[in-house]
Amino acid sequence: MTLRRPGEFVTPPGRLTHRSLLLSGVSGPAGDQTSFNDPSSEAGKGVHFVAPRTRAGAADQGEQRQLLAAADVARTIARIAHQIIERTTPDAEDADRVLLLGIPSRGAPLARRLAAKIAEFSGVTIPTGTLDVTLYRDDLRRRPTRALESTSLPVDGIDDALVVLVDDVLFSGRTVRAALDALRDHGRPRAVQLAVLIDRGHRELPIRADYVGKNVPTARDEGVSVQLRETDGTDAVLLRRRGTETSR
Amino acid sequence: MSGTDAGTTLFRGVLPYGEGEPVDVLVADGRIAEIGRVTQRADRVVDAQGLVALPGFVDLHTHLREPGREDTETVQTASEAAALGGYTAVFAMANTDPVADNPVIVEYVWQRGRDVGLVDVHPIGAVSVGLRGERLAELGAMARSRAGVRLFSDDGHCVSDPLLMRRALEYTRALGGVVAQHAEDPRLTGGAQAHEGPAAAERGLAGWPAPAEESVVARDCLLAHHTGGRLHVCHVSTAGTADVLRWARGRGEGTITAEVTPHHLLLTDERLATYDPVNKVNPPLRTAADTEALRTALAEGVVDCVATDHAPHAPQEKDTEWACARPGMLGLQTALSVVVLTMVETGLLDWRGVARVMSERPAEIAGLADQGRPLRVGEPANLTLVDPEARWVVRGGELASIADNTPFEGMELPATVAATMLRGRLTSLDGKVLS
Amino acid sequence: MRHLLSASDLGGEDVAAILDTADKLKQTLLGREVRKLPTLRGRTVVTAFYENSTRTRVSFEVAGKWMSADVINVSATGSSVGKGESLRDTALTLAAAGADCVVLRHPASGAARRVADWLADHGTSVVNAGDGTHEHPTQALLDAQTLRESLGELTGRRIVIVGDVLHSRVARSNVRLLHRLGAEVVLVAPPTLLPTGVRDWPVRVTHDLDESLEGADAVMVLRVQAERMHGSFFPSAREYAIAYGLNERRLARLPEHAPVLHPGPMIRGMEISHAVADSPRSLVTDQVRNGVHVRMAVLYHLLAGEETAV
Repeated sequence: MTLRRPGEFVTPPGRLTHRSLLLSGVSGPAGDQTSFNDPSSEAGKGVHFVAPRTRAGAADQGEQRQLLAAADVARTIARIAHQIIERTTPDAEDADRVLLLGIPSRGAPLARRLAAKIAEFSGVTIPTGTLDVTLYRDDLRRRPTRALESTSLPVDGIDDALVVLVDDVLFSGRTVRAALDALRDHGRPRAVQLAVLIDRGHRELPIRADYVGKNVPTARDEGVSVQLRETDGTDAVLLRRRGTETSR
Repeated sequence: MSGTDAGTTLFRGVLPYGEGEPVDVLVADGRIAEIGRVTQRADRVVDAQGLVALPGFVDLHTHLREPGREDTETVQTASEAAALGGYTAVFAMANTDPVADNPVIVEYVWQRGRDVGLVDVHPIGAVSVGLRGERLAELGAMARSRAGVRLFSDDGHCVSDPLLMRRALEYTRALGGVVAQHAEDPRLTGGAQAHEGPAAAERGLAGWPAPAEESVVARDCLLAHHTGGRLHVCHVSTAGTADVLRWARGRGEGTITAEVTPHHLLLTDERLATYDPVNKVNPPLRTAADTEALRTALAEGVVDCVATDHAPHAPQEKDTEWACARPGMLGLQTALSVVVLTMVETGLLDWRGVARVMSERPAEIAGLADQGRPLRVGEPANLTLVDPEARWVVRGGELASIADNTPFEGMELPATVAATMLRGRLTSLDGKVLS
Repeated sequence: MRHLLSASDLGGEDVAAILDTADKLKQTLLGREVRKLPTLRGRTVVTAFYENSTRTRVSFEVAGKWMSADVINVSATGSSVGKGESLRDTALTLAAAGADCVVLRHPASGAARRVADWLADHGTSVVNAGDGTHEHPTQALLDAQTLRESLGELTGRRIVIVGDVLHSRVARSNVRLLHRLGAEVVLVAPPTLLPTGVRDWPVRVTHDLDESLEGADAVMVLRVQAERMHGSFFPSAREYAIAYGLNERRLARLPEHAPVLHPGPMIRGMEISHAVADSPRSLVTDQVRNGVHVRMAVLYHLLAGEETAV
C-alpha cells in the first residue's frame, strides 16, 4: 500500500499541463550561437565564435590558420591610419570634420586605435564613437535575441561630418547597411566611408570598403576571426577551415 | 422499481466488507437471499472473485442541475454517474432554477429520479424562500409531499441570520427533519476567491478565512443544543471546524452530524499555482494540515460521512479567468477512489469503515430505512462491489456527467466500482450503466 | 523568452539583460530627433486593457511605436462573463487576427497566465500589464531601473515599501524582483493591509514607518485607495496619513541619498504629501520616463529574436 500525503498526485492532472512559461534565450550574448554558414547574418565574422574555440584546446589548432600575427595587425592598422590621413587630410585648413565610428564589438577598439595612430602620424586628434547597429539589423528574427551594445556619438553629433565607419570584417555587407540606416536616424553626415581590417568577400549588397587592411579569399563556410587585445587579450586574425564548427 | 422483476442474481466469491473468506451472495426478490456457498441456480451469475462487497453508497450532497441547467447535468446523467460511482441513493440540493423551495419542484425532481430508476433521488428542500435567507420556505409542505423531504438546506448560501437558523432547527423537529448548513459567514467572505492563506496571498486572490466557517458551525451547534434540533454540517473544510465539532458533540439535546467531501480530503491550495478554475470550489481547497485533520476527524467519527458536493459546470463557466469561474467540482464517480487513496491506503479506515462513511452514516442521518443496511440475509439488496486492486486514470470527458469539470483529471486513482445493485437490480456493471 | 507574466519568471540574468537593454535604448535615443527604431517593423502589439490606466497603456504604446511595431489598442471594460465576449474568446481572436504580442491589463488575478495558457498553441507573446492584485512585472522592472540609476547596483540596498501591500500588484512584483536583485526589502503597513503569510516572504515587515526610514536607501510609496476605509482596513484617511503618509518630517529622517518612488497615480495628502511628491527627491517622472525604455526592452526581448519553438 502506498501512503500519500494530501496534495500529492500520482500523475499530474492533464488539464494542468502546459508549456513552461519560464524564459529562455534572454540571457547571455546571443552571438555565442552564431551560425558560421550564414553569410547574410555576418556571422562569418566569427566575432563571438573563436574565443571559446581556441580555449577548447590544441586539437583544433590543425583546423585553423593564422592570417595575421600581432605585429601584422599593428602594421595593418598603421597603414589604414596613413590612408585615412591621406584621403581625408584632417590637418588641412578647410578639412571636413572627420569622425571615426566603430561598430561594436571589435570595430570600437579598432576605431580608437586608428584615432591614436592618426594622432601619432598627423598630430590631429579625431573624435571617435561607437554605433551599435543591432536594432537596425535585418536578421534579428533569424537568431536568438541579441544583447545591445553601446552607442556613443561625439557631443557635436554627426551632422555635416565625414564619418568613417570602422569594423573588423566585411562579409555580406549587411552590417554596414544597418549602420547606414542607423546613421540616418542620428543625423546627416556630409559623407560616409568604411574602413575594415579584413575583407573576406561574398558581398550580398552593393557595398565596398574605402580602406581595407587585408583582402582574404575565403569559402563561404569558412570563418574569419579577428582578435584584439581589448576584447580577446591578444591581437591576431585567424581563418577557420571548412567544417570545423560541425562538431559544435 | 421493486426489483421483483429483476430475477435472481448470484455474486460468486465476494468479500463482504473485505473480510474473511470469499463467499457467494444470492439476491432474489430485491433482497439478500443467501450468503455462503450457494449451489442454487440464478438468472444471472456475476464472477466477483476478490471484489469487496459493501452496502450501496448514499450521497447526502449532490447538485443534479435539473431543473434549470440541463446543459450541465440532468437527473438522467447524474443517475448514471451515481450508479457508476457505486451510489444507490443521492440527495439533490435545492439550488436549482427554479429553487426547490416548494412541493411542486421537489416532487418533480423526485419523480424524475423514479423515472430514470438508477438510483434513489431524494430532493433536499430549501430552508428559505428562494435561498434568500429571509423567511422559511414551506418546509412542512415539502415534507408531506410525495418526495417526503427530510433534509433542508440553502446550500450555496449560508443561513447566516441566527434567528432564521434557530427557527429552522426548531421547526424541523416536528417534521423529523435535518437542517444541512453551508457554513460561511458572508461578511467574512465578500469577494473571496480562495482559502485565505499564503498561497492565495502570494497570487493576489482574495481570501476565504477559515473562521468564516468555524464561527458559523460553532453558533449552529449551540443553537442545535438549545433547540434540540438536528444540524448537519455540509462540507467541513477546516481543522478548526473539526475541533468545534469534537467539542460540541454530545454537549446538549441537539443532534450534530457532519460531512466532508473527497476533494477536501485530498487537494490543497497549492493548486492555485496554475490559476486553473477547475480547482475553484466553495468552501475552497485548504491546506495540507487541514486535509490531515479532516482525515483524522473522519476516521474518528467526528465527521460522520463523505458527501461529494458533486457540482457540474459548463466549460464556459470554468475555462475562464479565476475570478469569473463558478465554484464546484464533479464528484460522484471519483469519490470512492479518493476515499480509498486518502483513508484506506493510509490505514485510517478499513472496508467496514468505508461502509460506515459512504453508506451507513449518511443513510442514518437522512433517515433512510432501506439504505446503509448490514450485508445480511433478508436485508434490501442495495450493494456496491469494489475492485480494490484496480487502478484507473480519471478523464473528465469519459465521466457520465454532461460537464467534465473534475479536478482529478489525469490522476491515476486506486479502486473501481465493479457493480452497483439497487434493490436487486444491477444498475452498473464493469463501468457500464445497466438500464 | 515567450511571455512576461510574473517577476518570478525572470532569473537574475534575465533582469540584467532587460535592464541593460533599457539602458542602451535610453542612451541610443538620447537627444535624437528621430525617435524611431526599425527593430519591430511588421510586428503587431495589441494592448488589451480591461481597467483604466493611462500611464501604463501610453507607456506600452509609445514603446511599441518607437520600435516601429504596429500598436493597436483594444479597450475593454467590464467582466467577461455575462457581458459579451469571454476573455478566452477575445484572446483567441486577437491571436488569430495576427497579434504577435498581447499586453493585458485585467482586474482578475492570474488573467495573464490564463491567456498565455489559452494561446499556448499560437506564437503570441503575453505581457502582464497588471492582473488584479497579483503582479505588475514591468512596473517592478522600471522601478528597479530607476533605483539603479539613482543608487547603482541594488545588492544589499534597503528598499522600504509602504502602503497597501495587501491589494498591491506593484508590491508583489517588486518584492520578487528586488529580492532577486539582492536588495533588502522592508514592508511597512498596518496589519490589515498586509497579506497572509507575509512573514514568510523574503522581506522584513514592520508597522512603524518612522523606524523603517533609518538607514533606508529608498522609499517606495504605494497607492492607498480611499475606498479601503469602507472595508475597515483603516479608520480614516487622516489617521492613515498620520501613521503611514510620507511627509516632509519623515523625508528629513531619510538618508540624503535615498530617493522616493511612487507608481502613480498619487493621492496627495493621503499616502504622500504635496511637498514630498514635488521634491527633488521624488523620482516619479523618472519612473514614467524609464517605463518607456523598460517596456521597449521587454518588447525587444519578446519579439525581436527568432521565433521560439511552440
